[in-house]
Amino acid sequence: MDQYYLNLLVVGATFALYIGIAFWARAGSTTEFYAANRGIHPITNGMATGADWMSAASFISMAGLIAFNGYDASAYLMGWTGGYVLLALLLAPYLRKFGSFTVPEFIGDRFYSKTARLIGVLCLIVASVTYVIGQMTGVGVAFSRFLEVSNTTGLLIGAAVVFFYAVLGGMKGVTYTQVAQYIVLISAFTIPAIFISLQLTGTFLPPLGLFSEFRDTGQPILATLNTVLGDLGFASYTGQQDTDLNLFLFTLTLMIGTAGLPHVIIRFFTVPKVSDARYSAGWALVFIALLYLTAPAVGAMARLNIIDTVYPNGVGEQALAYDERPEWIRNWELTNLIQFEDKNGDGNIQIYNDANPDFESRAQELGWNGNELEVNNDILVLANPEIAGLPGWVIALVAAGGLAAALSTAAGLLLAISGAVSHDLVKGAINPNISEKGELMAARIAMAAAIAVATYLGLNPPGFAAQTVALAFGIAAASIFPVLMMGVFSKTINNRGAVAGMLVGLVVTLVYIFLHKGWFFIPDTNTFTDADPLFLSVKSTSFGAIGAIFNFVTAILVSRATASPPQRIQEMVESLRVPRGATGASAH
Amino acid sequence: MSNSNLSGGTDGRTSDAYWKANVRLMVGCLIVWALVSFGFAILFRPLISGIAVGGTDLGFWFAQQGSILVFIVLIFFYAWRMKSLDRKFDVDEK
Repeated sequence: MDQYYLNLLVVGATFALYIGIAFWARAGSTTEFYAANRGIHPITNGMATGADWMSAASFISMAGLIAFNGYDASAYLMGWTGGYVLLALLLAPYLRKFGSFTVPEFIGDRFYSKTARLIGVLCLIVASVTYVIGQMTGVGVAFSRFLEVSNTTGLLIGAAVVFFYAVLGGMKGVTYTQVAQYIVLISAFTIPAIFISLQLTGTFLPPLGLFSEFRDTGQPILATLNTVLGDLGFASYTGQQDTDLNLFLFTLTLMIGTAGLPHVIIRFFTVPKVSDARYSAGWALVFIALLYLTAPAVGAMARLNIIDTVYPNGVGEQALAYDERPEWIRNWELTNLIQFEDKNGDGNIQIYNDANPDFESRAQELGWNGNELEVNNDILVLANPEIAGLPGWVIALVAAGGLAAALSTAAGLLLAISGAVSHDLVKGAINPNISEKGELMAARIAMAAAIAVATYLGLNPPGFAAQTVALAFGIAAASIFPVLMMGVFSKTINNRGAVAGMLVGLVVTLVYIFLHKGWFFIPDTNTFTDADPLFLSVKSTSFGAIGAIFNFVTAILVSRATASPPQRIQEMVESLRVPRGATGASAH
Repeated sequence: MSNSNLSGGTDGRTSDAYWKANVRLMVGCLIVWALVSFGFAILFRPLISGIAVGGTDLGFWFAQQGSILVFIVLIFFYAWRMKSLDRKFDVDEK
């Protein structure tokens, strides 16, 4: 069967499945819409959390980041998994005991302050909206590459499907669709990786293959990679280029940012018991780890595969002639994500590090005149099955997997946004007497509006779309995580302390990001660059952890100088810490 | 929906002791959490670089694989220990 029809068939089948689930899991009450009736099994919730968490960035970009940055990219691996330890130990069980529908609702109640709740809503919306834009553009790219429709058509189809199951089913519909999407995305990621690991090392499991011997050389994969890269003037794969300080802070920022992202936290409101929330975080990490343990193998093996393709007789020898390039290079050239320029006019493809001054004389000796093949980080995972020469159905599965990753995360984010609008703004601030039916309608309208905004921004991505990591994780780490943690672990932090802490953390972090990336991400308005940052070697992406320290210190100092929280709040914190008495699954 | 339904279910002294036991367990787990990630994988990596693992050093293994495996074990260990603490202090959910 033609590859195009195969892609269409597999993607079409998965979409039909998602819509079928949506019909089956319609939401009839606000508890169902916001928290899936608090009746989701912890393992099911773990799987849904996995899909919710693993976005287009995890699925498509992370392996590419690892392939081209080697050891330094470990910050993503540790940061995006280590956050779950913080969630399980410091936040999930207590917020589940509290029993709210949204993250700002907890902040507002614990700190007895409408202002705190509204700042929570603001942080949530900014973090989630930037995040969702990346998902929507990812949907457009996957559609245009695999189904040969325009970006716009692809995005509109994706938005229509999300609209259908998120508006109809709320948290309940989204949870069960995410379970299906998890299965699709994890198969799509691991199956090609297993084939490639077998081809390169003869080892079935990719995480073991990464530390095994390369069939062609008899040397370990990583040792081979280091040698080959060194011969082409690139930095060592397993070596550290970044400073200890920046690597430390970047990892910490991603960890506490992960624990503070509202769309992840609200998933733990859906399990029946407090103890389930702890286990569920563990299950979520198991399901996430299946991808995160595979990604480093995919990255290293893909890098080696590309170099092997270009230098079939070894790195010191004749490079591949451009006319003899394999099919996958031809395919991806059409999308401009691979670009070739024959700089020395010899008709061959040379890859090397032309930014390394020490390699200049060697390059001249070989008659090379600059690196000739530009490979975009993001294509590695999508092109992997083609690079390894895998059958057509695997390519189709990867297309469906990329879409599943983007759609499941988009739905989770939209749910967090619509909950904040209908529950925290409409019910919490504008019309507290709204009926349950009215609130459910408001939640659905908010969801539809959020999808419309996300689709519009996906079609017309603003300049800051690429800065998602810095912005979303910076805000979650510096503003949301500290206030949630203090809400559980301190009885003395009061309303003023929380508000001041959140604002200081937020502002300091935003200013630091803007100083390096440009004010409101407008190009050329930055005073510093990440290559030469303001404070020691701390890049703007790593500043969230320092912002969090500002938040903690401010909240403690202000709380000391002002009146302590009332008795009922201190009692509330006491009861938060004890599992007994949590509201279980309701009998709707 | 929220705080009106909250109840502690025990007297202050039990819940104080329970909370202290919880915090002690938590601190222990977080020390391991920090040691494998920030410690072995980043700051102390040069100290353990002599230990070879599959073509590279132990620190690299912790950075790209070991820390994630330890994180999983930590969460399940904590959840399991907490479940017995909940029962021991009689604050578990019925």
